[in-house]
Amino acid sequence: MQGPLIDSLVRQGVSRRTFLKYCATLASMMALPPVAGRAMAEAMAASRRPSVIWLPFQECTGCTESITRSHSPTIEGMIFDMISLDYQETLMAAAGFQAEEALHTAMKDNYGKYLLIVDGSIPLGVDGAYSCIGGQSNLEMLKEVGKGAAAIIAVGSCASFGGIPKANPNPTGAVSVSDIIKDKPIVNIPGCPPIPVVMTGVLAHYLTFGSLPELDDKGRPKAFFGETIHDRCYRRPFYDQGKFAKTFDDEGARNGWCLFELGCKGPVTHNACATTKWNGGTSWPVESGHGCLGCSEPDFWDAGSFYKPLSTPADPLKFIAAASVVGAVAGVAVSVANRAKKGAAKSAHETTTLADLEK
Amino acid sequence: MNELQFLTWVRGPGLNIAIAIFLLGVLWRLFEIYSLGRKKDLSAPRHTSGASGLHTVFRRSLPPPGMLKRSPVSYIGGYIFHVGLAIIVFLFAPHILLITNLTGLSWPGLPSQFVDMTAVVTMAAMVVVLVDRINKPVKRFLSTFEDWFAWAVTFLPVLTGWMAVKHLLLPYPTMLALHILAVELLLVVLPFTKLFHAFTLFGSRWYNGRVNAHKGVPV
Repeated sequence: MQGPLIDSLVRQGVSRRTFLKYCATLASMMALPPVAGRAMAEAMAASRRPSVIWLPFQECTGCTESITRSHSPTIEGMIFDMISLDYQETLMAAAGFQAEEALHTAMKDNYGKYLLIVDGSIPLGVDGAYSCIGGQSNLEMLKEVGKGAAAIIAVGSCASFGGIPKANPNPTGAVSVSDIIKDKPIVNIPGCPPIPVVMTGVLAHYLTFGSLPELDDKGRPKAFFGETIHDRCYRRPFYDQGKFAKTFDDEGARNGWCLFELGCKGPVTHNACATTKWNGGTSWPVESGHGCLGCSEPDFWDAGSFYKPLSTPADPLKFIAAASVVGAVAGVAVSVANRAKKGAAKSAHETTTLADLEK
Repeated sequence: MNELQFLTWVRGPGLNIAIAIFLLGVLWRLFEIYSLGRKKDLSAPRHTSGASGLHTVFRRSLPPPGMLKRSPVSYIGGYIFHVGLAIIVFLFAPHILLITNLTGLSWPGLPSQFVDMTAVVTMAAMVVVLVDRINKPVKRFLSTFEDWFAWAVTFLPVLTGWMAVKHLLLPYPTMLALHILAVELLLVVLPFTKLFHAFTLFGSRWYNGRVNAHKGVPV
């Protein structure tokens, strides 16, 4: 669907005022100056939607669900609808050859200009045979479509860091987008699923300024991933006072105390859940009484139990039996060697010299 | 590696490896040392009051006459940091929780403010004995790399642990991970350096006391 965004929004009953408010909110969330909201609104309202190709790889469609269905209709959802989304298997009506044709047409018409969104990890095992679309492996597809992209947005923890498919023992050899594509700007929007407004924020930034927002060392937009859940958590004062819930139904839990001892990964998780919340600002995991799982961090699935505090060891006594046996055997072996040496020295009537004592 | 992966490693595989090497080393060294043996003393034992293995175990914890005055820093500093380390390791509530988590054993801890103060005093005492070792020519001459290294691996866990509790310099999880890593380093090197005295101390005192008691000498 081409054409200025504001027209489509007006058709759907979104006033200019609502749109301006939305852009101002978006700008402030991204820590941009107030004027940026206006610039953003103007640029976005007038812009013809750039062609977007969305490639789904080893994923569960949770990212798509999060962005399109979680609390429709939101303005994020609608803007997302208005993007010229030329290829998205879950959302598009076309299937089979028609779908493939749409992909190739979009690529040809907008070569070098389209945005590529990827969700899901890419399997490298068995030449990529674990996940194929139309007979083409995800790896080949990513390389081919990635070549003509202006920028790539890796949506979700799988595309950003490998996610659950990459969890130990990683049977499919799953890797992230940035493990494969090295020569394109890549934005990682991790989360399982990621927050919708983060995605629209990045898109708005791209439309307004023609560039990607400032990223951290993990390729994540700093505006949303600059602080930890713990830094922004409304339960943080209880942490500072040392007030912790010890079980999920004790007095501490009922009083809304800190969930650190119940395994909350908030202190090491960079994400915006604590500020943007979920389901249209209704709540978020910690507010609902469950600790953060750390889903937007690399390898969160292998970070030990979700319910063990960060400060206690995962499984420290794993090797003790083997270590004890090896240690005892080594000790006995050395003892036997020492005794043999002593016996030999005794029967040879060896004398002890000063040099021996200095050894 | 981000801070979550770092913390995951130190409290997972890192700790497993460190505990395994520690146990392996301790058993190895204990077997090796105690199997050395010594030729039997065939002379008739003499009996003198105050001469026995047990007496020596206690007596060696006290400075010999005049020594406290001659090297007060070694004795007083040594007492302070050894007692301090014992308090920090065994009477700090989070450490007791860890031990309970591993073994099921538990005992009451001390108030964290008190342990906090103990940590500061312990670190101060350790710095003083280090400076003394550097300043005194004889001590410096006798010191090898192992001595400086043993000091460092003992000091680092206290420093990083205290900084983690106090939220200094780095975010808490990173500091906590560094603290666990420092403890792992200590665990790995302990069996193979002079720090092994933690295990052999009382045995060797008893041994010396016993040998001397046989000769009728209370030492």
